[in-house]
Parts: sequence; structure tokens; C-alpha cells
Amino acid sequence: MLKLLLQGLVRSPLTEPRPDPNDAELAKLAAGLDAAARRRLGRSLSIREVDAGSCNGCELEIHALQNAFYDLERFGLRFVASPRHADVLMVTGPVTKNMREALERTYNATPSPKWVVAVGDCAFDGGLFSQSYAVEGGVSAIIPVDLHIKGCPPQPVDLLRGLLSLMQASPARHAT
Amino acid sequence: MTVSLKEALRDCPRVDMHRPWPRVAADEEIWRSIAARLHDGDITLSGLWGDTGAVHMAILDETSAELVVVSLECPERNFPSVGQIHSPAIRLERAIQDLFGLTPKGSPDARAWLDHGRWGVRHPLGDRTEPAPPAAYAFLPSDGEGLHQIPVGPVHAGIIEPGHFRFTANGETVVRLEERLGYVHKGIESLMQGAELLHAAKLAGRTSGDSTLAYAVGFARAAEAALDIEAPARAHWLRGLMAELERLANHFGDFGAVCNDASFSLLYAHCGVLRERVLRAAQICFGHRLMRDCVVPGGTSVDLDEKGIAVLHALLRDVRQQFPEIVSTYDNTASLQDRTVATGVLTPALARQFGAGGYIGRASGRAFDARRAFAYPPYDQLSFVVPILEEGDVNARVWIRIREVEQSLSLVEQILARIPGGAIRTDLPARAGEGMALVEGFRGDILVWLRLDNSGRVSRCHLRDPSWFQWPLLESIIEGNIVADFPLCNKSFNCSYSGHDL
Repeated sequence: MLKLLLQGLVRSPLTEPRPDPNDAELAKLAAGLDAAARRRLGRSLSIREVDAGSCNGCELEIHALQNAFYDLERFGLRFVASPRHADVLMVTGPVTKNMREALERTYNATPSPKWVVAVGDCAFDGGLFSQSYAVEGGVSAIIPVDLHIKGCPPQPVDLLRGLLSLMQASPARHAT
Repeated sequence: MTVSLKEALRDCPRVDMHRPWPRVAADEEIWRSIAARLHDGDITLSGLWGDTGAVHMAILDETSAELVVVSLECPERNFPSVGQIHSPAIRLERAIQDLFGLTPKGSPDARAWLDHGRWGVRHPLGDRTEPAPPAAYAFLPSDGEGLHQIPVGPVHAGIIEPGHFRFTANGETVVRLEERLGYVHKGIESLMQGAELLHAAKLAGRTSGDSTLAYAVGFARAAEAALDIEAPARAHWLRGLMAELERLANHFGDFGAVCNDASFSLLYAHCGVLRERVLRAAQICFGHRLMRDCVVPGGTSVDLDEKGIAVLHALLRDVRQQFPEIVSTYDNTASLQDRTVATGVLTPALARQFGAGGYIGRASGRAFDARRAFAYPPYDQLSFVVPILEEGDVNARVWIRIREVEQSLSLVEQILARIPGGAIRTDLPARAGEGMALVEGFRGDILVWLRLDNSGRVSRCHLRDPSWFQWPLLESIIEGNIVADFPLCNKSFNCSYSGHDL
């Protein structure tokens, strides 16, 4: 163990640089979110993840946000264990009918103001599963969605960009 | 003296065009006699699934590495329950009842399993009928003084899939755990019906995201068997390479997560770095971190170039330099060992009865590995060891993963050194046939059964995740452990919800 700890002192950090906030893609993501929402969110976000029927691919990449390369806590972002502690619900999957009620109850248990980020192609519109008897066909069919991050699954850096766009400083925030 | 499986099924008519293993049509008497042999334990249940007006059962004879599918027509819309004498079949039969409306006669558990009464339809794969009104799920009772229940899920505290766990505890000690699954049922097998082969392959690759490559290989092999074609040699080797990368990434992730559930985050962080390095190498080599849609019926959709080979050699160097220190830290940290040793013990008898695959079976003395038993290419030309332990505790399941990481590193190295050149994909003819595959994913053997119609479209596809035979065992091993050790037990199993719920 000593060797592992010593390596930590001498090796340079693995952390990726912050994604460029002026990225065109990021601007597009942020465009869907009004300035007032961003103002209220401030500099820190607590996120509750809800799997509403994903294949678990999105979960793997959301997990990766916590590794040494992406280290999302440095941006003031963290995952919390209860919707009652959350500002943001991060929802994956096409919303299966068997998960619909659980998703609605989780949403209702999250205090306002709250935002919903739908992650992955099937969370967008049901993806490949949209024609099934067992799915509702996307998160926005059930609860209001503020931001979609597409991909199958989206890469961690895409997730990070999307979350940063939620927090991106807006002129309005500085004015208040 | 017991007769061999082949001998017992000698008089059953064999179904044409089912490859590579035989499929036979049985009557109820034969069906019952096979159930009895499953109960005796000389053969293993590898799958049990519904079809239009029929049920199929895949039987594995581990000693002779023989696989056979036994089919039973159900004109009366019922069949003799296998689960009444062989419990691993119970949930599979409940799923058949939910999806096809075929009733297992004499089943000890008549409750719905995947159907939560919310689909708007009953028996979506059989004769569709109006849904029954949703009813509360009757959990099994536990009676005794001082018992209390802890309901958990479907939305859990961590970033994991949804499922419900109903614990009954006496103080800190778990008396009973009952799982309720089906929350992520997406209707994949229904979407498969009538799908073009390449579209169906995409669906198969989205059955369980962590095993997307293994599912794609399983589906491709089943499709190639049904069409009676062979993928090019280079495609087989690329599939093997990608399968071992997937195994490495998942084993690193699980190893770290078990340590994290014992609050030892140092190893979680280091294992997370190794996992990320594998995924990044996959991205560079094959254009996708999880290698999704990289394997298709007929071959692979991506090739490996010189740059990719260099990246993988660098990955091997990195992992071999860092992994031993991580392992020795795990082995020399008493507080961690205190949590994992003798926790969540799965007995070899139970592992054998359920045909538990992957690290779960191999940590409890069941030596089965589809790569060895059926030696499908490229594994017929590679040398590797299948690690076995007898202890069956969380620690043993961690050690099997450690040993498999070492084996996978060696396999990647062998493949890089000897991968043949040539084409990576062959054309697909459009014709009817039935095919089947059993491939080794990181969590165990995945069974894919496929029937194609004359135009080469899917008429029925069944995907059996290894978790079907592992989830019930989790209920068993937690008994007598403390509630706080459940996350460790659960993570050491790491069953798939999505692969199971389908």
C-alpha cells in the first residue's frame, strides 16, 4: 500500500482539463436551458441518478465521471443517495412501464427548484426500444426534461460538458 | 447406472436445420424424465424459454460437454413444471407464463415475475389478452419474534440498476432476502420478432450494456450457425480480443467496487484508472469505449490497425506494471480481508445445482467455462487456465477475477502476436434455419437461441443472461450475514438487471 501512496505523491495527476466552456456543442446544449434556471443552480449541483430501464451502458459511463480522469467533484458536482438531497435528476433508459411510477415518485420527492437531465439515446425518445409494449418512449413523455445528452452511451466527456452547461456562468447570474 | 443424455433422447425425433447442437421433440413423459435428471444433478439446466405454442429447454452435460435442446409442444397451453422438482427453473417458468401465457403445471410459484401489470397487455409474445388489474405483489412470509422488514428499491442509493430487495432481519442479521425484478423489462424479445438480422444484432448488444460485446458475439455466432456460414478467421480473433478487453474492464470495475463497498476507496480509485485505460484503448482501436456494435453477424464491423496494436501493447505494459501492487494491497490489508473473507458463502453444491456461471460458479468449485468446454474460435488455438476456488466467499470471487485478469492479459498478448490477416466480414445469405450459441461473457455463459425465417429475418430469438441462475443464489448467500454486508455480497455477484429483465 505504501508504494501506491508514494506513487500518488510523485506522479502527475491524471485529471483531464476542463472541457472548453466556449465549445459550440456546449453552447447548443446550454441554449435549451433558460438563464434563470442556470442562475438558480449556482456553482454546485447535487445529482441523483435514476435508471429508468437502461441497458446499464449509461450507468457505466456515469460511474466513470467519478474516476481520476474526469473527477467531477472538482467542478462542484456530486452524486447523492437520495432524491431529497438532489438539485438534478439524471435519468437514463427509455422509461419502462414497470419503472414509470418509481420515476414519477422520485421526481416528486425531489425538492424544487429541480432540473432533469436525460442521458442516452433511449432516454431521448425510447431509441431502439421505442416501439415496445413495455416502454413509455423517453423521459420527456413522463417528466419535464431540461437537458438531453445523447449518445449510446454518451462518453464521460460529453456528460461532463452537459453538466457544465447547466452550471455555465450567465451574465444574469452575476447581475443578481 | 444412468444412461447418457444422448441415449435417453435416442427415440425422440430430431428437428432439422438446428445447429450446431441437436434439438429434439419430446413428449411430456420424456420432459418429466429430464426434469428428474436435472433434480438428480447429473445434467445442468442451461435455459428454458417459450415459443409460439411450445417450450424449449437447453440441457448441458458438463462431463461430455454436450448441449441439447429439448422441445415440447403445448397444445393445451401448459407443460409439466420443471421448477416443481428443480428450483433453478422456477423464475424461467414464471417468465414464460408472463410472456407467452403457457402455464407450468404444478409450479410451486404462480406469481407473475416480469409482468407487473403495467404493460397494457398480457402475454405479449403469445395470444395477447387484456391486462389483469395491477395487484400488490405477495412477498413470501417470514414469521418469528422480533423480525422486521427493510424494503430497498427499485431506485437504489448508488448509480446502479433498479430492482427491489425485501430484507427480513432480526437485529442486524438477515433472515430472508427476496428479490423482485422485472423493472427494466424492455420487451427485447418482442422487438426481435420480424427484425432484420443487423437490427436484431443491435438489440442483442443492448441487452446488458456491460456485456454488449459478449451478447453481440453470442448473437452473431447463433446467426452464423442458423445460416450455416462461418465468419472469417480474423473476425474470430478480433472477437476474442474484444471479449477479453471487455472482461478486463469489467473485472477491474468490480474489483474496485467491492473494495469501495468495504470503504477502501484507494483501490477503487486505482482500479478505476485501470478500467478507464482499457476503455480508452478500446475507443482508439475500435471506435467505441464499450465496443458496442463492433461485432456483427458474419464477422466484425471494425478492424485493428498497427496503431491499435501499439496501443494495446502499451496497455498491457501499464496494467502489468500497476496491477500487482493493487493485488498485494488487497491481500495485505487486514481490515479489507475482514470484510470479504467468509462473507456471503455460496456452497459448491448450490453452485452446481443452479449451474452458476462465471466467477460465481468458479469461486465455488464449478469449473465450467464456455471458452474451454466448447472451445469456440479463437479459444481453440489459445492457451489459458480456468481458475477455480472452493471457498465460495466474497474473497474467492475477488480472487477469481484477479486470476482471470491475468489470464485475459495473456490472451490479449497471444492474440496480438498471432492474429491472422484477411477479411473481417462475410456476406449473409437470406435463408431459414435455427442456430444457437453459448459464449462466455465476463459474468458467465450467455445463451442465444435464434430462428430465422425464409427471408433471413428473425422469427424468434431468446437471450439467456447468466444472471438468471445467479440472482436466486444471492438470496441464499446473504442469509445469516449482516445487512451491512449485503452491498459486498451483491457487488461480488454483480448480476445484471437489464440482462435478466430483458
